[in-house]
Amino acid sequence: MDIFSMTALETGKAIKDGKITAVEATKQVLDSAESKNDKINAYITICREKALAQAEEVQKKIESGELTSPLAGVPIAIKDNICTKGIKTTCASRILGDFTPVYNATVMEKLNNAGMITVGKLNMDEFAMGSTSETSYYGAVHNPWDLNKVTGGSSGGSASSVAGKMSLVTLGSDTGGSIRQPASYCGVTGFKPTYGTVSRFGLIAYASSLDQIGPIGKDASDCASIMDIISGKDSMDGTSLDIDYPEYLSSLTGDVKGIKIGIPKEWYNNKGLDSEVAEKTRKVAEVLEKAGAVVEEISLPFAEYAIPAYYIIATAEASSNLSRFDGVKYGFRAENYSSLVDMYNATRSEGFGKEVKKRILLGTFVLSSGYYDAYYRKALKVKAVIKKNFDEIFSEYDLILCPTAPTTAPEIGKSLSNPLAMYLSDVFTVSANIAGLPGISMPCGFDKNGMPIGVQLMGQALADTKVLNTAYAYQQMTDYHKQEVK
Amino acid sequence: MDWEIVMGLEVHVELATKTKIFCSCTTEFGGAPNTHCCPVCTGMPGTLPILNKQVLEYAVRAGLALNCDITRYNKFDRKNYFYPDLPKAYQISQLYLPFAQNGHVDLKTKSGKDVTIRIHEIHMEEDAGKLVHSMFGDATYPDYNRCGVPLIEIVSEPDFRETEEVIAYLAKLKSTFEYLGISDCKMEQGSMRADVNLSVRPKGSKEFGTRTEMKNINSFKSIERAIAFESKRQIALLESGERVIQETRRWDENKGKTFAMRSKENAQDYRYFPEPDIPPVSISEEEIQHYISICPEFADAKAKRYVSDFGLSEEDAGIIAGSKYFAQLFEKTVELCNDPSEVRYWIMTQILYFMNERNVQPEDIKLAPEKFAQFVNIVKAGRINRQVGKTVFENMFFGSDDFDIEKFIKDNELEQVDDSELISKTVQNIIESNPKAVEQYKSGQTKIVGFFIGQVMKQLKGKANPASVNKAVNDALENLKED
Repeated sequence: MDIFSMTALETGKAIKDGKITAVEATKQVLDSAESKNDKINAYITICREKALAQAEEVQKKIESGELTSPLAGVPIAIKDNICTKGIKTTCASRILGDFTPVYNATVMEKLNNAGMITVGKLNMDEFAMGSTSETSYYGAVHNPWDLNKVTGGSSGGSASSVAGKMSLVTLGSDTGGSIRQPASYCGVTGFKPTYGTVSRFGLIAYASSLDQIGPIGKDASDCASIMDIISGKDSMDGTSLDIDYPEYLSSLTGDVKGIKIGIPKEWYNNKGLDSEVAEKTRKVAEVLEKAGAVVEEISLPFAEYAIPAYYIIATAEASSNLSRFDGVKYGFRAENYSSLVDMYNATRSEGFGKEVKKRILLGTFVLSSGYYDAYYRKALKVKAVIKKNFDEIFSEYDLILCPTAPTTAPEIGKSLSNPLAMYLSDVFTVSANIAGLPGISMPCGFDKNGMPIGVQLMGQALADTKVLNTAYAYQQMTDYHKQEVK
Repeated sequence: MDWEIVMGLEVHVELATKTKIFCSCTTEFGGAPNTHCCPVCTGMPGTLPILNKQVLEYAVRAGLALNCDITRYNKFDRKNYFYPDLPKAYQISQLYLPFAQNGHVDLKTKSGKDVTIRIHEIHMEEDAGKLVHSMFGDATYPDYNRCGVPLIEIVSEPDFRETEEVIAYLAKLKSTFEYLGISDCKMEQGSMRADVNLSVRPKGSKEFGTRTEMKNINSFKSIERAIAFESKRQIALLESGERVIQETRRWDENKGKTFAMRSKENAQDYRYFPEPDIPPVSISEEEIQHYISICPEFADAKAKRYVSDFGLSEEDAGIIAGSKYFAQLFEKTVELCNDPSEVRYWIMTQILYFMNERNVQPEDIKLAPEKFAQFVNIVKAGRINRQVGKTVFENMFFGSDDFDIEKFIKDNELEQVDDSELISKTVQNIIESNPKAVEQYKSGQTKIVGFFIGQVMKQLKGKANPASVNKAVNDALENLKED
């Protein structure tokens, strides 16, 4: 039984039905991951022994009826910025060296309790800073659809491993589009939940007010089933929401009758938007319209300020969040230094990559005395305006539909030399982070080169199930998400 | 020229919550290095702060006691700087919206002057760890036990003109926080720390001079010394035509001097910004009313009551009410023995003596009010006199919990002698063996009476009833005169 022909949920059912064991499923993922990693570089760490031991234990508990989650026994791979007790967690950075956490992220505790098997840690842009997964200390991640293309980022390993049959389902994190944009480039489904619905405890922070953990998988059902496991109020995270959480998977009815969908006209006038991407994503609206949704053009005039506001808020928070990597307590420390300040300088100069240093400098600048009001305070005001703008739209519409990214995946090595162009690849995704909204990216076709195109659906805060259900409805009517890399 | 000293204080007070401000580690003082910490307070990657609600409660109660306006919507900010004792490389503090503002404290100084000190603001923050330097070689190790211990920082306006105002202010803060039970305010252990901002100006001038900030002052005595040193230093600079540089100076207790740490020109840019990991916390009107309703009686009100109800002098009442521990001991003992004047006597003489001479702190007093009352009753009944009482009190005060007063008196044969026959016999003995003194008495030197009383008391090992001895000696000497 080839589990890569199935979704995570189907695999879970096969395990429950005794058609395959958790150990066999885990072995298949490990074998595939190990054999393909040279080419795709999706994993930083593959933990064969630990995974197999965990799978054996889980299999027993499934047989004894102790574990009943629909995903019990299903292997999962984790972005390497999520802390895993006893497993190296690098953030794809030299500065964390061989850092091995002594604690699990809350999401890891939840996955373990549900009986999911951790097979390894996934490559990413260093500290989740990047839109191509090329800034990793461990080398660039390659797109399985075309190994010369990037996977998108920063959760490049999380998306490419699913597309490349190196994992069934993964966790990523999304600060400005880091789940949705690589999902789009890799032709898989990636969901960024409402800010505060998944605990950030154990997620190594890039920008605390924007970061959110979420799933990447083959389809909306797999994403919803992961959400059932990882969402919830966490006493270890002050920003986690104390609400009645929905049952994500059982909310997927496929019914979109009467759902009002807005298409932001300014976004489709974006100069950088590829015509094929525009065309294919508009077709998604037609499909949903046929199923009973109401589609209208809307205006989101302030969203163009989302990118500058994002790069100010994110880098400011990052400059503070990454200060703790100073060579004193753990991770990498430079070998040669003459004083404390010199040790800090040498360690951070050698330990961080170029993109990370660039963002730390930027963030340090916007927070410095005399510039705070002109940059950071203004960015917070823009944030408030964008949020208000969305609130107005969502008082009339259920969802916003738009491209996930302006183009399909660019070639490796072309983006980092033109950072402003790279930053613009987040243009459609960052506003969801700025406003704390849920968003999903799912495949909706291919360009002339056969590279996947992704469409994004965004909803009001806490309308996560509406977003997931609409994606589910679309996937019931189409098969783009079932296309495989040849 | 006459100079005036102008000072403002920044006082850090550790709050006595059981656990730290953002995690559940103990706040207990001491402990082997790095045993009172966890991934959160050591700033491990991915960990997040969770505000301890009790910190906010204690802080707000402190703010109310210092007559401040309480901020209803509280936010935290990050103060960024690199130092090995600060594991996150930022301190979570409050810059933009401190929880308390615009308060004041009314003081009476030692010389009896009434002063009001305005409070600019009070904010909450977390403490940092400390660095331990190796005894061998040049290694330095961080100890993160103190990391995340909750602090409030009380920032006064520049309203101090004299050292005794500073001392009275700190004593008042200590007393107030002790009564609230929110801090033990031990300067020596660092649970209360004062930074003194000091400048000097010609008397009568309205403008402020350039100030320096003194750090690392660890006791009331050091504060007096540091202020004296720093004001003299600044005056000497100005009188010789030089200028004072705005800078932070470290007080060196051993050298008795302040030393420049960093100047304003090299001041760090802390890059404050709102802490994104802690959502704003609101304080409701009900909570504030509740905190007001559970507010204890503070030193000033207590002292007034001691004067009116117990007839204490203002000075004695001020000293006893100034410490929660004195006040508790005083009130409970008086309740048990109903003799405020005698209880006052023993606190003001013996306990204050122990404090001055033996470095006893009021919070270290273990003496149970029941025992103290029993002691007072024994003295009152005339079973021991005050002279012998001092020995008994000292042994009782420093003795263990099961110290038995009756047994101690019996074992040491301290019971007061009031046997008139024995006393008059002893008086006769003394008179007979001191003919010279008798002559002196007869020639009109009546002060010599004291000598006879002393000798009699000595003979009776100090146990005799002083009044009886007094009378017997006087009577006997009077009789001699008539001869």
